Amino acid sequence: MKNSMIRWASTAVIGLGLAVGSVAAATAQEAGAAPEFPLKKPVHQSWSFGGIFGQYDQAQLQRGYKVYKEVCSACHSMRLLKFRNLADEGGPHFSEEQVKALAAEYTIQDGPDDNGEMFDRPRLPKDPFPSPFANDKAARAANGGALPPDMSLLAKARAVHSGFPWFLVDMIIPYQEQGPDYIVALMNGYQDAPADVKVPDGLNYNPYFLSNFAIGMPKPLSDGQVEYTDGTPQTVEQYSKDVSAFLMWAAEPHLNERKQLGLKVMLFLITFAGVLALLKRKIWLNTPH
Amino acid sequence: MSGHSTYEPKSGIEKWLEKRLPIVRLLHDAGVSYPTPRNLNPLWTFGGILAMMLVIQIVSGIVLAMHYASNSALAFDSVEGIMRDVNWGWLIRYIHANGASMFFIAVYIHILRGLYYGSYKEPRELLWVLGVIIYLLMMAAGFMGYVLPWGQMSFWGATVITNFFTAIPVIGQPIQTLLIGGFAVDNATLNRFFSLHYLVPFIIAGVVVLHIWALHVVGQNNPLGIDVKSEKDTVPFTPYATSKDGLFMVLFLVFYAWFVFYQPNYLGHPDNYTPANPLVTPAHIVPEWYYLPFYAILRAITFNIGPIDSKLGGVLAMFGSIAVTAFLPWLDTSKVRSGRFRPLFRIAFWLFVAAVLFLGYLGSQPADGNAVLYAQVCTAYYFAFFLIILPVLGFIEKPKALPNSIIEDVLAKSKH
Amino acid sequence: MAHSDTTAEPTRRDFLLLTAGAFGAVGVASVAWPFIDQMNPDASTRALASIEVDISALQSGQSITVLWRGKPVVVRNRTDKEIEEGKAVKLEELKDPIARNANVDPSADATDANRSAKDKENILVMVKVCTHLGCIPLDESGEFGGWFCPCHGSQYDTAGRIRKGPAPENLPVPVYAFTSDTKIRIG
Repeated sequence: MKNSMIRWASTAVIGLGLAVGSVAAATAQEAGAAPEFPLKKPVHQSWSFGGIFGQYDQAQLQRGYKVYKEVCSACHSMRLLKFRNLADEGGPHFSEEQVKALAAEYTIQDGPDDNGEMFDRPRLPKDPFPSPFANDKAARAANGGALPPDMSLLAKARAVHSGFPWFLVDMIIPYQEQGPDYIVALMNGYQDAPADVKVPDGLNYNPYFLSNFAIGMPKPLSDGQVEYTDGTPQTVEQYSKDVSAFLMWAAEPHLNERKQLGLKVMLFLITFAGVLALLKRKIWLNTPH
Repeated sequence: MSGHSTYEPKSGIEKWLEKRLPIVRLLHDAGVSYPTPRNLNPLWTFGGILAMMLVIQIVSGIVLAMHYASNSALAFDSVEGIMRDVNWGWLIRYIHANGASMFFIAVYIHILRGLYYGSYKEPRELLWVLGVIIYLLMMAAGFMGYVLPWGQMSFWGATVITNFFTAIPVIGQPIQTLLIGGFAVDNATLNRFFSLHYLVPFIIAGVVVLHIWALHVVGQNNPLGIDVKSEKDTVPFTPYATSKDGLFMVLFLVFYAWFVFYQPNYLGHPDNYTPANPLVTPAHIVPEWYYLPFYAILRAITFNIGPIDSKLGGVLAMFGSIAVTAFLPWLDTSKVRSGRFRPLFRIAFWLFVAAVLFLGYLGSQPADGNAVLYAQVCTAYYFAFFLIILPVLGFIEKPKALPNSIIEDVLAKSKH
Repeated sequence: MAHSDTTAEPTRRDFLLLTAGAFGAVGVASVAWPFIDQMNPDASTRALASIEVDISALQSGQSITVLWRGKPVVVRNRTDKEIEEGKAVKLEELKDPIARNANVDPSADATDANRSAKDKENILVMVKVCTHLGCIPLDESGEFGGWFCPCHGSQYDTAGRIRKGPAPENLPVPVYAFTSDTKIRIG
């Protein structure tokens, strides 16, 4: 039994080794291929919600919402978010009253009333975030042909691949903050283009942009632009981290719950497996196999 | 099923049932007294794990269908409604989405185990062919399920896959139009995919019953690949196999839970969190990881072969790569089942595994430069393995000496 | 081989088997809960749980019906005659002597005062769903001048109390409050 285990394990290792070796050879070859975007890979940030025990930082999400509201929301919608979500536990967790006040800052068309007329009323917690443009065409027209993407799921819809073999490491760490890391890198990545690069009119050089070397959006954040009342530094770097955390929450609102439950489930299953391993050993104890 | 039954009805209700519907006898013979070779290694637990995965997918899928809207205007938002608003919806969707990947991981281990230990050889040919049918149905279910969230990858995956049919001369285009119910993938396509995605798992369950039936008629293969010769070679299914199956099922669940709770989107594609847009194709269209080797084979055919143009050639190669596995029992000419006693086969087998893994990697990369060449080499090996190496090896390979019986081998080893 | 040895230590093996069984049972039961709870109203449904009704235009003798949680809720500005009729009914005559008003004590009597709005006896707010099998009774009809259910003939009086027919209970009064003199928040 032991021998056979060792034998098939070793064959498996050899097989995998062969595969890994050949893949690695291929990736080495590919380094010289056509330019791949992004030109630069994002740096991994340290997030409160990273790792197995990670949880959102409520204060950070509240600051992030402020940045979204005062800066991003001028062009980017968040159509899947409702104001009531802002009161969610495991989210920004604003109080019910705060949420009502935040919602009431905007109006929404409702109706028809008893006379068949549509009317505007203040938004309620059940209502969605307002969109800056009536439709995609209006958004394009106002932004030189570029469509500012909806931000509801942006933090899960953007990821820079780690490439072989790092994607295997990512699986184990576990690293799943590609989205917020990318957004931070993009926000801080605006810079002058190298002399030999000609940036087309209306675009802005940014080597971190996922699909080109230049992006339609001009540098959106500047130091001191959004006022923080809790003493947090008012820098582009801080803003970008806060808004990225907020976007991650918006895209994955149940992360806190998921990681808490995950821990319990893992402990349960591992203990269960231990009991079953003992039982199996007991059953097979005097049965050669 | 096979052999005589050792079941004795005891209680009154068992005796009553025995005369009318001997279901207790069936369960007893299949799940308790069924003789299993005593030398099975943990790779033999994946059949049970697959049965568990099928149940998990069907249950979680039925629940998701309670909240999903199969309409192109609503589908994406209804999935997000599940993720955000439905009680535990995020958990159930991640169980289902990652469950598909786990199902395929388990089935690939199960298939490779059968391949290595020659489980497809006489008298298990039909068992193997039923397995190939299950695998094909799984691919269909997985593909149609991936379309349902109606994200960018859903839409463009559906577009690319249904375009396979246009490779067929003359009738290809009308067939594709018929399949997608329009001139492009749209609401009609989504609706029929949802209907079929709900149906296929139950067909799978039906074929699984046949698969298990066939298994219980011929009995399990074992790592030595030799036939069971006496009762001494076997142990009863319960408690021996059940205790082992149970342990490895739970260990598999640990692996599964890791993805559900800590890497729920790792096996998905970020572009599928962008709603479907018929005007914009994503930069790299990549199928789900479990189709990547076949996708690489499809793209490897970049040249015309006589009257067959490269497009049709790619589609034929891709379907052929799966179809050829159905003929495996008759392509392998060796009398020895287990790879353990076949030194040359072993090398060819691991090269085959490496080629498939490498094809999978290439399938995820842009098809340019050397990637195409590598894919062509691997594709050539893939087909050569089935069509040349396995038929020839049976004649030129000198297998190692087989043990006389399972029990003899087991006892000889336990002495060390 | 040596099968008899496996029973040499029955206690330990039995204990392990029991423990494994318990783990399995707990595991299946815990997984079952999310799969059942998902059928309960989701967060968006729960968020719509309260509505506001403007009754400034509601004259005496008029009713309006609004949709609340997918059910019709009637707000009636009762006439003096209707109030008198409601008050005149003796409790013994009622089929269901309980108020069925979510705003008062659950065991309160079905007096006219316990059915109508506090300090506004002319206002009656009820879920207009027959307590028999869920049809919608017609306004201002039936033998008692209240509501009449066309499905199976249940008759309700001017305070929405069941008087005749197969329905077992009075029409339920939902939780509501006056946010101003002319606005009611239901739920």
